[in-house]
Amino acid sequence: MNVEWYIVLSALLFATGAIGILVRRSPMVILLCLELMLNAGNLALVAFSRMVGNGQGQVFAIVVMVIAACEVVVGLGLIVAIFRRRLPLNVDDLRELRG
Amino acid sequence: MEAVLFFLAAIGALGGAVGVIAMRNPFYSVLALIVHLFSLAVLFLLLTSAFVAAAQVVVYAGAVMVLYVFVVAYVGGGGESAWEPIPGQRFLAPLLGIALFVELSVAVLSSALLALGTHGPDVPAGFGDPAAIGRLLLEKFLLPFEASSILLLIAAVGAIVLAGRRREEGAGGASERFAHEANGPSGDSNPTPQRRSASEEAPPAPSPTGVTP
Repeated sequence: MNVEWYIVLSALLFATGAIGILVRRSPMVILLCLELMLNAGNLALVAFSRMVGNGQGQVFAIVVMVIAACEVVVGLGLIVAIFRRRLPLNVDDLRELRG
Repeated sequence: MEAVLFFLAAIGALGGAVGVIAMRNPFYSVLALIVHLFSLAVLFLLLTSAFVAAAQVVVYAGAVMVLYVFVVAYVGGGGESAWEPIPGQRFLAPLLGIALFVELSVAVLSSALLALGTHGPDVPAGFGDPAAIGRLLLEKFLLPFEASSILLLIAAVGAIVLAGRRREEGAGGASERFAHEANGPSGDSNPTPQRRSASEEAPPAPSPTGVTP
């Protein structure tokens, strides 16, 4: 398979994640869609790494995984904190930045 | 063979991604994301990057998704309201997404990267295996490696601070918490805006195991 197939698939997955972030309201699903976008970026990084024949792009992909793990941990911590304060788990109701 | 595997994995990845944004229940969204991650691992294997594929399955589909499942089970599903703050958002968003896809594809495919149309150069047998990645991480990219480990530590501490019990509840909270537990679980899993006034009383839910790493 040529590398461009992987790049087009990565663009498609990224666009899907972006649609999800625009459409959904639950902060949990928005975090999942962020994961989709980060993974699409990962796929592009690994595909370019294969295209160049150099392993450095894969190290980038691993660092992106670390960033995604940090984002998940902090985001889920925020969701649990919101839930504990009995605020609605809906990003439209949470836009005022105060409890 | 490779093309068949690519298209199977691509369909799996795309189906998982659509499932994430289409499922009403967040629990099913998490399961769809696990399908997506496994398909991506297959794609990484096709790109001869074995270590990234293994890390994808073990770290992502294994550990991170367990965290998601725990939090979804703690918080509960909860239906989304059909109310739209921006009129026509549900129809505009896919249009914008398609525009983004076309734009990204045109930007990459019309670039001067001639190697895009090729299979990539022939790589040695050890390309992308743990030994090669480990040598890169610990020799050439030692500073980013250490910086990312410090970032993980900061994120873990931040999550404990965010999701942990607050200090004023911590002192007298223990006996109170046991009293609540003796009364049985009283919190339902669907917080509504009317309950916003009750934000000052102690939380009735028992401490969530597995929420903070």
